[in-house]
Amino acid sequence: MTKDLITGKIRKVAGPLVVAEDMRGAVMYDLVRVGPDRLVGEIIELLEDTASIQVYEETSGLMPGMPVESSGAPLSVTLGPGMLNNIYDGIQRPLEVLKEKSGSFIARGVEAPALDQDKKWSFTPTVEPGATVVAGDIVGTVQETEVIEHKVMIPPLLSGQEYTVEHVTAGEFTVNDVVATLKDKQGDTHEVHLAHDWPIRKPRPVAKKLIPSEPLVTGQRVIDTFFPIAKGGTGAVPGPFGSGKTVVQQQIAKWSNAQIIVYIGCGERGNEMTDVLLEFPELVDPNTGKSLMQRTVLIANTSNMPVAAREASIYTGMTIAEYYRDMGYGVALMADSTSRWAEALREISGRLEEMPGDEGYPAYLGSRTAQFYERAGAAKALGSDEREGSLTAIGAVSPPGGDLSEPVTQNTLSVVKVFWGLDEKLAYSRHYPAINWLTSYSLYTDQLAAYYEKEAGEDWGKLRISAMNILQEEASLEEVVRLVGIEALSKQEQLTLHIARSLREDYLQQNAFDEVDTYASIKKQYRLLKVIIHLYQTAREQLERVDFTMLALLALPVWETLAQAKLIPEKDIASALDQLEQDITAAVQKLLPEDDEGAVVPSGEETSKQTA
Amino acid sequence: MLKEYKTTTEVTGPLLIVDNVEGVSYDELVEVDLPNGEQRRGKVLEVDGKRAVIQMFEGTSGLDIPETKVRFRGDVLRLPVSLDLLGRSFSGSGVPIDGKPEIIPDEERDINGSPINPAARAYPDDFIQTGISTIDGMNTLVLGQKLPIFSGAGLPHSLLAAQIARQATVPSADQAGKKGIEFVVVFAAMGITFEEAEFFIKDFTDRGALERSVLFINLADDPTVERIATPRMALTAAEYLAYEKQKHVLVIMTDMTYYADALREISSARKEVPGRRGYPGYLYSDLSTIYERAGRIQGKEGSITQIPILSMPEDDKTHPIPDLTGYITEGQIVLGRDLHQKGIYPPVTVLGSLSRLMPKGIGEGKTREDHAGVANQLFASYARGQEVRELSVILGEGALTETDKKYLEFTERFEQEFVRQGPDENRTIEDTLTLAWKLLTILPTSELKRIKPEYIEKYGKTQHTEHKNQTEHKAQIEQR
Repeated sequence: MTKDLITGKIRKVAGPLVVAEDMRGAVMYDLVRVGPDRLVGEIIELLEDTASIQVYEETSGLMPGMPVESSGAPLSVTLGPGMLNNIYDGIQRPLEVLKEKSGSFIARGVEAPALDQDKKWSFTPTVEPGATVVAGDIVGTVQETEVIEHKVMIPPLLSGQEYTVEHVTAGEFTVNDVVATLKDKQGDTHEVHLAHDWPIRKPRPVAKKLIPSEPLVTGQRVIDTFFPIAKGGTGAVPGPFGSGKTVVQQQIAKWSNAQIIVYIGCGERGNEMTDVLLEFPELVDPNTGKSLMQRTVLIANTSNMPVAAREASIYTGMTIAEYYRDMGYGVALMADSTSRWAEALREISGRLEEMPGDEGYPAYLGSRTAQFYERAGAAKALGSDEREGSLTAIGAVSPPGGDLSEPVTQNTLSVVKVFWGLDEKLAYSRHYPAINWLTSYSLYTDQLAAYYEKEAGEDWGKLRISAMNILQEEASLEEVVRLVGIEALSKQEQLTLHIARSLREDYLQQNAFDEVDTYASIKKQYRLLKVIIHLYQTAREQLERVDFTMLALLALPVWETLAQAKLIPEKDIASALDQLEQDITAAVQKLLPEDDEGAVVPSGEETSKQTA
Repeated sequence: MLKEYKTTTEVTGPLLIVDNVEGVSYDELVEVDLPNGEQRRGKVLEVDGKRAVIQMFEGTSGLDIPETKVRFRGDVLRLPVSLDLLGRSFSGSGVPIDGKPEIIPDEERDINGSPINPAARAYPDDFIQTGISTIDGMNTLVLGQKLPIFSGAGLPHSLLAAQIARQATVPSADQAGKKGIEFVVVFAAMGITFEEAEFFIKDFTDRGALERSVLFINLADDPTVERIATPRMALTAAEYLAYEKQKHVLVIMTDMTYYADALREISSARKEVPGRRGYPGYLYSDLSTIYERAGRIQGKEGSITQIPILSMPEDDKTHPIPDLTGYITEGQIVLGRDLHQKGIYPPVTVLGSLSRLMPKGIGEGKTREDHAGVANQLFASYARGQEVRELSVILGEGALTETDKKYLEFTERFEQEFVRQGPDENRTIEDTLTLAWKLLTILPTSELKRIKPEYIEKYGKTQHTEHKNQTEHKAQIEQR
């Protein structure tokens, strides 16, 4: 920030777009302060000595002639301890602090530093004075929350040479204090603070990108079993409104085995952010046993907050996520919803009078989307200890009218590796998560197979394929049933339909609001899937020997036990399902041929008596 | 003394362009004197050097280029507010139309409001009993929610909205020994007919609720662009009443479709790049600045619950207005033409309807412990029943399995007994759940997978004795 400040004047105001003149020398994407209230803005177009600025706050009251001041630095976030357990707006203003300053409503021109300036952090050095270090090396740690140790790294800006640690001490420091000094080969001294700034639109460098090999376990059966996402992978959740995008995202934020969660509410409902804000501190992370908020950073730029800040919010979130990845953590970033980000882009583009592309979106929508998702990945961080971190990015997409052919969905699908397609029909019948198993896909399945076989069981892959085949066969059989009725099908085919129904209702459906069902470990998923396939196989085998009726099969009490199996707590699952498997084998083998069938009277009352 | 400009250079659609202005700020309120002496208001949409683009609230008819006088007020459009608002009627731009004088304001508020800080919101989770089974039982409304009614031309959305306004209570507030919540109704009419507006006014008057209401009325023959200000006026009044005066406010806005059409008119007059169906690309952001003003705030007693009504062109839910609305609001109540044609009131298409705030607004201590399971089961069973009904149309009822026949019976009776109710019939949540259990026991217990077994035991069995009488009941229905 040694450059001279450039000061110009407003010429034009139209919504969030301000055009300023006398701005010669200003730099693209530099942060500017607009008007007497010093509203935050960013330069997005330069034309001779005029600059077009998107303003991150409400612009009413601005008039031509008011001053515009360029800071000479791009829009940046401050990275340091204190971000976890916090909620920010799209340009990293802490909303709790804004609340203290301006009350329940967000006033304009309120400034607040992203990190608490007065809080003292207890710093423990991990290097000795005299040690040789490079950019990315960890010089010490700070316990940021109960579960996360914040690693103080030498900022990437110091890349390119070796340094000698001149001075480093343990003690209590604020974010702006110097915790270490380094000396370079030329004898110049550099200071390392607890926090440093980084421009939001510039990806943070890594030593090397890696191919992801471990799954992000989400505890959601349809995701983990059929469409898994890798740690460092990218995924998209498109779906019409009401199909449960937000619940899927929140479930992943709650239960996935990532160490850090960055949750971006980008142009969405205020109450959803409040929900997260109130609920997360209450929930216990199954992986650490501590409150979920201890690992979470929230970015909330709700739909009624200024549109330009919405555009910035996903980059703010991404930069924070990258920072924790650089420490060596597994980070998962949720952006809900990227369609709102694209719309913000379209709105600004329209005001700049750019030539519109598809559906009015700017022509660079595709490249911006790709650039965003490309910032995800598994990586070896800068620094000599070669630590590895990952950043998984999951974006919700809200296609207008649920039409997946629209530009935002299409551009997203061309970069992401996992597609969880939400289905309105499933949502209507309250089949949640409403992820359609026929249209969704994951390109990580093969990459992750080894992990699942080790963690769950060797036959994991086989079970998964059998189950998927049953579901696919169901879809084609349903066509037939629609035309000629179920009685026209062979018994094998009818069996497939019944098992498929069980798969849908007892496996794929998962109740996010039920204490037990909300999360299923890989082990539990494996056992549940196995028992359903076991029922299928034993019934098929029996059918080859004995020609029993479907009614007799359906009257077996094991179906009811199966239906309740997903509600069995994790600790009891092994014994309960061992028992169920035995019961299934025994019951199915007792099924009699059709002629002797008189003994078995199928009726709803009888089955309920047996379970009661 | 404010400077007066006679430098109008262009009048197009609802826009007025004035040149050679100085010291004009964006979004500023403008007063315009017409050649015939009438005064109108507008606001600055864009200012570029010495040129200002003004959007007139009451239209541009009668404006000319040489004589029109323009004054910039140096402030945004504000609504005077005080408790005197209650019982008053205003035009869509906030001018009293009930023949009474202007109110004596406590303060004057910017009608655009400010976004509520998400960290200051309180999560809405207090159950509102509307007395309508399809809403209370399956798409529960909570205090501080925004739940639109998606309707179509000729469907009884006004009747339903009026019934909700009439019957809404908060049972938890009743029980706590306090006197129950009395809702204040803020009503914003945008582009609806005189008859529709009168229907609401008469309904408010008949039940003596007019003195607890504030009305903002822009009728179909009022200036179109005035509609841009109408919902903002109404919500400004609502925010004042809710957060300053601790009232629980129910805001009914009808019809949002005409609001969006007005926005489109201004956008096209400004020659902006159109988005889908000619609506501006910022329709989503604009609608959100209206809908997001619903909610509750930590430490404040009052609340704003919104029931916007919108008519879907051609009953098409993917039309931009319902589509974008659905992405902002916390669910939707969809009215269906097929139910309406069967003579069922209220014709709520439950499968397409949704309340996102339902899970935390129901259950033990709020409604009843079995509520969530029952609602889920009704949805699932009715969805299955619909499929069976389609099947029976193709194959005939004879081809159905025994279970499927039960589903068919369930579906018919669900529509006739659960969905159907009188416009004055006020069912408690207990009534609604009892009715739901009565219908669910038509199905074999093994089909009730969404309900915990202990609840089936507790609530489902008591109904079983009644089960025997059902054949008679069924015969009655078939006669209808």
